[in-house]
Amino acid sequence: MDLATPMKVRPVDDCIWEIGPDAKPGMLVPARLYASGALLAGMDAGVFEQVTNVACLPGIVRASLCMPDGHWGYGFPIGGVAAFRADSGVISPGGIGFDINCGMRVLRTSLTEAEVRPRLGALVDALFGAVPAGVGAHGFLRLDAPAFREVMVEGAGWVVRRGYGRPADLAATEGGGCLPGADPVAVSDRALQRGMNQLGTLGSGNHYLEIQVVPPDGVHDAAIAAAFGITGPGQVLVMLHCGSRGFGHQIGTDYLRRFDEAMPRYGITVRDRELACAPFRSPEGQAYFGAMTAAANTAFANRQLITHRVREVMAHVLERPVEALGLDVIYDVCHNTAKLERHVVDGEMLELVVHRKGATRAFGPGTPDVPAAYRGFGQPVIIGGSMETGSALLVGTAHAMTETFGSTAHGAGRTMSRAQAKRRVWGETLIRAMGERGIVVRAASPAGVAEEAGFAYKDLAEVVETVHRLHISRRVVSLRPIGNIKG
Amino acid sequence: MGSWDVLDNIALADCAFEIHGCDLDDLFATAARALADLMVDPETVARDIERTVRLDAPALDLLLHDWMSELIFLKDSEQLIFPDIFVSAAAGPPRLTARLVGGRLDRSRAVLRADPKAVTFHQFALERRGAGWYARVVIDI
Repeated sequence: MDLATPMKVRPVDDCIWEIGPDAKPGMLVPARLYASGALLAGMDAGVFEQVTNVACLPGIVRASLCMPDGHWGYGFPIGGVAAFRADSGVISPGGIGFDINCGMRVLRTSLTEAEVRPRLGALVDALFGAVPAGVGAHGFLRLDAPAFREVMVEGAGWVVRRGYGRPADLAATEGGGCLPGADPVAVSDRALQRGMNQLGTLGSGNHYLEIQVVPPDGVHDAAIAAAFGITGPGQVLVMLHCGSRGFGHQIGTDYLRRFDEAMPRYGITVRDRELACAPFRSPEGQAYFGAMTAAANTAFANRQLITHRVREVMAHVLERPVEALGLDVIYDVCHNTAKLERHVVDGEMLELVVHRKGATRAFGPGTPDVPAAYRGFGQPVIIGGSMETGSALLVGTAHAMTETFGSTAHGAGRTMSRAQAKRRVWGETLIRAMGERGIVVRAASPAGVAEEAGFAYKDLAEVVETVHRLHISRRVVSLRPIGNIKG
Repeated sequence: MGSWDVLDNIALADCAFEIHGCDLDDLFATAARALADLMVDPETVARDIERTVRLDAPALDLLLHDWMSELIFLKDSEQLIFPDIFVSAAAGPPRLTARLVGGRLDRSRAVLRADPKAVTFHQFALERRGAGWYARVVIDI
């Protein structure tokens, strides 16, 4: 098939395209792109280059994958998924991203849009004041180094045990909000200094805190939506998108440099310096895994603290007891991590280091580590869209376990640079236009709002439709924003 | 005096700089100014704090990487932004001494822009060009 793609691809199934291992010297496995024809045609050249570079990394199994929202990243494409044998493969910070455990959390409320709309402006203002966003922000919780090291190991549980949350929040978080293997000793003092004062902050770029509503045609699977506590159109939800802040960014920076220097000792060469890696079982690989897991746990803690602030603010502004608002966590899921998982490859159960960079875990029904409340139909998946267009809730599938190591898309994926977006619209103009459409926006940087305009992203509906068609996740609910807090 | 441009279509989600300096000192100082300008309107930052930074690295490009990473670190750890930078850099062995003039970020006064996470190695380049120096740096935001 003659597709206008930068490298030759062949269709292997509906919405599955493969680049053979002969496409580039050194490829150990094929590369697979999961995309509709339109999404594939819109993927930038970097995706093809990067997904095939990843296919050259030692110990990779089955294929180097790219989800439908894929776009050019650093080392790995955003949307990249790759699994490496734990016994003989590598771990690469480029397969996780600088924002370790960047992820999504969604809370249901017992409120309707009609109840919230009259106080929406005040609510968004108050949330903007309570959840610091943008450059130079620091959180309300002041920790010393020993306490922050406890957070690295205990994750969201540390926060909940100090009164900033509910035990049920942990049950509704990937890994219970605490991934095993965190090693504070592997974390630099610089990472500690950078991140210690940032717990409870949102960050900038595409991170957000949104008040959302289920639109009239938003429920696609009523039974699963009911299990999420979503009763129907008009219900208000709250969604967070943020990660490990400067702490994780510094760990990424530290280990990128360390792996860059370590690779010659292991005889590893890579096609892109951002793919710097080390054998998973090497001292460097284990140190990074320990530090990366520490950052992942602080990201869970960060989203938990923000959840607490959201509950406080909504109760205050809406003048109701917090218990009357619901505000229960439906789920919290990572989309920038590497995790040790067991998957069947060529009939053999293997222990794998599964890298997901801008890709969401999407475990199917019956899988351990999916909360008991959801185990019957699969792990909740949260796909965040642009600030203008909305988001989606889905569930993982049994097919994802065999097709994509239990992974799916994470967002809409950019199609336009930040500079291009800013040339097309002024931040203030966009904020005003969104206001006229009923979306209240408060941002630390109006220019940052312009960079996140809906036209700078792919069509979220197309991404969601594609993962649904691929059976790597199943569509449950669509959501549209009515209030947005940005850095 | 050096200059910088923002490049489109290298890093859709982030920010790519092309930096020109008339010499190595100028290149490093211009890179720092570009980074400060990415984070905040420099005119809205005080000039009441001065710092000296000394760095060395195994290679000249790694010195540039470490230098810009240091400025991001100061932004997060102490909320310090330094729009005025004076650098003395050497290629062999790679090292620099810099005098930084700026202030603590006052969020009520400063016009905030982006919050950089890290300096990447993506299409990272530092080289002589004609009589001057050239760098390409992609910042993850």
